[in-house]
Amino acid sequence: MLNGWIDIHKDRCKGCGLCVAACPKGVIALAEDQVNAHGYHPARLEDPEGECTGCAICAVACPDVCITVYRMPKRVEADAPAVAASA
Amino acid sequence: MATTLTEEQTPPIDAMEVVYQRPEALTDVPTHYCPGCGHGIAHRMVGEVIDELGIRTQTIGVAPVGCAVFAYNYFNMDFIEAAHGRAPATATGIKRVFPDRIVFTYQGDGDLAAIGTAEIVHAAMRGEKITVVFINNAIYGMTGGQMAPTTLPGMKTTSSPSGRDVEATGQPARMSELLATLPGAAYIVRRSLHNVREIRKARKAILTAFKVQQAGLGLSMVELLSSCPTNWGMTPSDAMKWVEENMVPVYPLGDYKVVDAVRDL
Repeated sequence: MLNGWIDIHKDRCKGCGLCVAACPKGVIALAEDQVNAHGYHPARLEDPEGECTGCAICAVACPDVCITVYRMPKRVEADAPAVAASA
Repeated sequence: MATTLTEEQTPPIDAMEVVYQRPEALTDVPTHYCPGCGHGIAHRMVGEVIDELGIRTQTIGVAPVGCAVFAYNYFNMDFIEAAHGRAPATATGIKRVFPDRIVFTYQGDGDLAAIGTAEIVHAAMRGEKITVVFINNAIYGMTGGQMAPTTLPGMKTTSSPSGRDVEATGQPARMSELLATLPGAAYIVRRSLHNVREIRKARKAILTAFKVQQAGLGLSMVELLSSCPTNWGMTPSDAMKWVEENMVPVYPLGDYKVVDAVRDL
């Protein structure tokens, strides 16, 4: 179940890596295969297992304010186990 | 799925709610700061606090000279650029003409602790009801990494290539300790930006500092230990570790002056 998700403004990211170091789940990495408008490798969410919890620690650490954090509302989280059980 | 770099993305599940986004008090432009610079973190915290207090339209900021000289481009509110080091004097004038506005200065260590030492000391002596956000990264960033009064003993800079010699240039300037001795200061604390826990504590301190001004208790200042990865010659993550391991022992974190009335805010 996906609980959290982040959007990184890629052209504003300077690839400093502070979010990569701060993420408690280790699901943020610098995109070595991409170069943004300023010539940096931007950070991106690499979360195939859906481990992101939307804790926003990355956004607190980001000096360029380029991370928007989304989280599932609590109400939907409560319904989630039932959906998983029936699936 | 192929996405272009500039495309704004939406979450994979529509029900997801935004829990963290850019504060309204910051303009939607990229900053000129180097990758990993603490100024961006400090700007964001000040912006968040101003949004939280709902004072954006009543707030007037004063920008310094130094790396943060373009702060007026990044804060979405009225801003004045002061002469080098004179931000507390400029803020004094604004606050006395508009006592109902919230006036804050945003200064670096070259601005506040070197050329502007007289202005901040006298603003604190007079008990000016302004808020000061002081960024201390122990070096002159904008001019190319020269030694500042706040440079640590033995620290190598472009103007102290064999390390700061305390016999010739003295000990680091501890501004929070100095200003805490002055009766006009109401709230003087030092925080750091080296990890998320400390950043959250710093944000709380900035919030309190603005409340102190709203209550008219006197001068409030938050000193923030920050990094300069470019001039220190380190990666941003290593620079944050360096702040924790080298700067914090020289500049101990803590509350240097908190008048009793602050605890009731």
